[in-house]
Amino acid sequence: MRKLFAAAAALALGLAAGAAQAADKVKIGFVYVGPIGDHGWSYQHDHGRLAIEKAFGDKVETSYVENVSEGPDAERVIEKLARSGNDLIFTTSFGFMNPTLKVAKRYPKVKFEHATGYKRSKNVSTYAARFYEGRYVIGQIAAKMSKTKTVGYIASFPIPEVVRGINAFLLGAQSIDPDMKIKVIWVNSWFDPGKEADAAKALIDQGADIITQHTDSPAALQVAEERGVFAFGQASDMIKFGPKSQLTAIVDDWSEYYVNRVQALLDGKWESTDTWGGFAEKMVVMAPYTNIPADVADMAKKTAAAIESGELHPFKGPIFKQDGSQAIKEGEILDAGTLLGMNWYVKGVDDKLPQ
Amino acid sequence: MQIELQKRALPSSLMTWLSPALAITLTVLTGALMFGMLGFNPAQALYVYFIAPLLDSWSLQELVVKAAPLVLIGVGLSICYRSNNWNIGAEGQFTMGAILGSILPVVFYQWESPLTFPLMVALGALGGALFGAIPALLKNKFGANEILTSLMLTYVALLTLDYLVRGPWKNPEGFNFPESRLFSDAALAPSLIADSRMHIGALFAVIAVIAIFILFSRTLKGFEIRVLGATPRAGNFAGFSKERMILFAFMTSGALAGIAGIIEVAGPIGQLTPTISPGYGFTAIIVAFLGRLNPIGILFAGLLLALSYLGGEAAQIELGISEKTSKAFQGILLFYILACDTLIHYHVKFVSSKKKEAV
Repeated sequence: MRKLFAAAAALALGLAAGAAQAADKVKIGFVYVGPIGDHGWSYQHDHGRLAIEKAFGDKVETSYVENVSEGPDAERVIEKLARSGNDLIFTTSFGFMNPTLKVAKRYPKVKFEHATGYKRSKNVSTYAARFYEGRYVIGQIAAKMSKTKTVGYIASFPIPEVVRGINAFLLGAQSIDPDMKIKVIWVNSWFDPGKEADAAKALIDQGADIITQHTDSPAALQVAEERGVFAFGQASDMIKFGPKSQLTAIVDDWSEYYVNRVQALLDGKWESTDTWGGFAEKMVVMAPYTNIPADVADMAKKTAAAIESGELHPFKGPIFKQDGSQAIKEGEILDAGTLLGMNWYVKGVDDKLPQ
Repeated sequence: MQIELQKRALPSSLMTWLSPALAITLTVLTGALMFGMLGFNPAQALYVYFIAPLLDSWSLQELVVKAAPLVLIGVGLSICYRSNNWNIGAEGQFTMGAILGSILPVVFYQWESPLTFPLMVALGALGGALFGAIPALLKNKFGANEILTSLMLTYVALLTLDYLVRGPWKNPEGFNFPESRLFSDAALAPSLIADSRMHIGALFAVIAVIAIFILFSRTLKGFEIRVLGATPRAGNFAGFSKERMILFAFMTSGALAGIAGIIEVAGPIGQLTPTISPGYGFTAIIVAFLGRLNPIGILFAGLLLALSYLGGEAAQIELGISEKTSKAFQGILLFYILACDTLIHYHVKFVSSKKKEAV
């Protein structure tokens, strides 16, 4: 009995020592909506986490929970991270917004960063990327490469972020060829390789010869590779899944933002902020242009540079809505509020927006 | 040499008690082996998984929060399964309960009264019960297979919710994001402890367990359920109506799933969103069978499954064990529990193959 007690005490001491050792380090936690092996959205956030480890080495300790469903479980996972002594917690999906704010209220000393949301508080920042800038560029490439003038677009959920991407893509495409059309299939999931692949097959059967997607897996690209049509990578460079079909990819690069935020925390300068970065902030990066003629690649590079410098804005008027009404006059640019709450299609989308 | 399972004449009472212990021992051994092979300290991994969540009042409360809907749905399903009605659609009944109950805080959001929450629960029960009645009526009138109808109605419910939060019930201040307005305080499930996520749903789950335990063991209805489940013909001779039982089982389990649904949105979530359940309605099927369709067993099965979720998350955070590994471990646990239960009704016999050939 005494021996048992001694063993238990030793174990407790050991655990306490472990905790004390960890206290010197700044702890950073991540919550991912998908598996880190999705090769898309969560994979790129995990790259950002690894960039933090690389930049700060022994000064930080990171941990993550993957495949966390957007629902009643999210709040528990976020709170568990806060209770495990994390100083800064990144919650990387829109559906984590209200759970993040609830936990943040109970743990005022812990800092939170929520991706793609719109609610902030003293210890909750938000950040998102202007993916639509990349969408405009790939829209132009699609218009150059398509023969059927029809693009198949696999979309996740009809939230403003996704609708904005579809519109930016089509505006880019129409800037080259006004006859370009988009067919959309909603799969109602961020990560469902089976459904994504089925949607890609259906779109190709309906005459699309370019496939693009706003979902997290490379499944659509793999289907395009099989069927011999072109496609784009999403969130990460997916060239190994479509060596003959990927034209380029819109890469989310969170590394710099994550490293900066951790640096701010270490310097004691962390504040609640709202960041919406694009090409200029290097949060959105184009993967190498492959399988396309040099003049198309040059055009894409020029467009990306013009967007980066602010010379070109994808949502500059005149823009017409699907019903024919004018959304914005020539020369004016859609304001941030309209962009953030976008719930209408531009002219040329062959789909009815689920409302 | 061959291994054969032979049916026992009577269920072994020794094995009834021994099988859970055997299952846990085997799980711990296999788990230790798996964690060891992956390069983790097996003792530490098992401690983080199974013991640590039980030592801290926060995680105990979270355990209850996670287990409450599983137990509520699970005990309801036990009525269906005991009476030989295969209700696979608890997820849909859960969702319909949440939708109907949410009419008050979403559509009549200005009405804040002490009656709001009780009325929401009543509406939730009604929503689940009516939605559960559909496969029951289809089975009674047309002989439609309830496994298919109840499962497919789940998608109807999920898509109805999806439509509502993107369309008519979308939060007007929500920048077009798909979610309803936040529920007012009067519409939120009361907490059992101040500032805790542990809500009144836990109490409902316990009441449901006791009520259904009494139903099974002390009432004529309970006897009717058993008889019609085991031998429908004998039930007929006794004058029990199979049709009425089908309706009763589906509506009761639907009502309980509906209550779980409305409490989940009025409790941990606090609004309607496109996803309100991580598959509770399906997980509850596992819980019901894990608890051997016995209400008390279901209570423990719900807590055990909740523990395996919490432990899995803790293992990811504290030790960096991957989500896949923690899911695999959960699978090992369930596999051993169900496999060991086989020993209650069967015993293992080693038969030499030579002997067999001779025969």
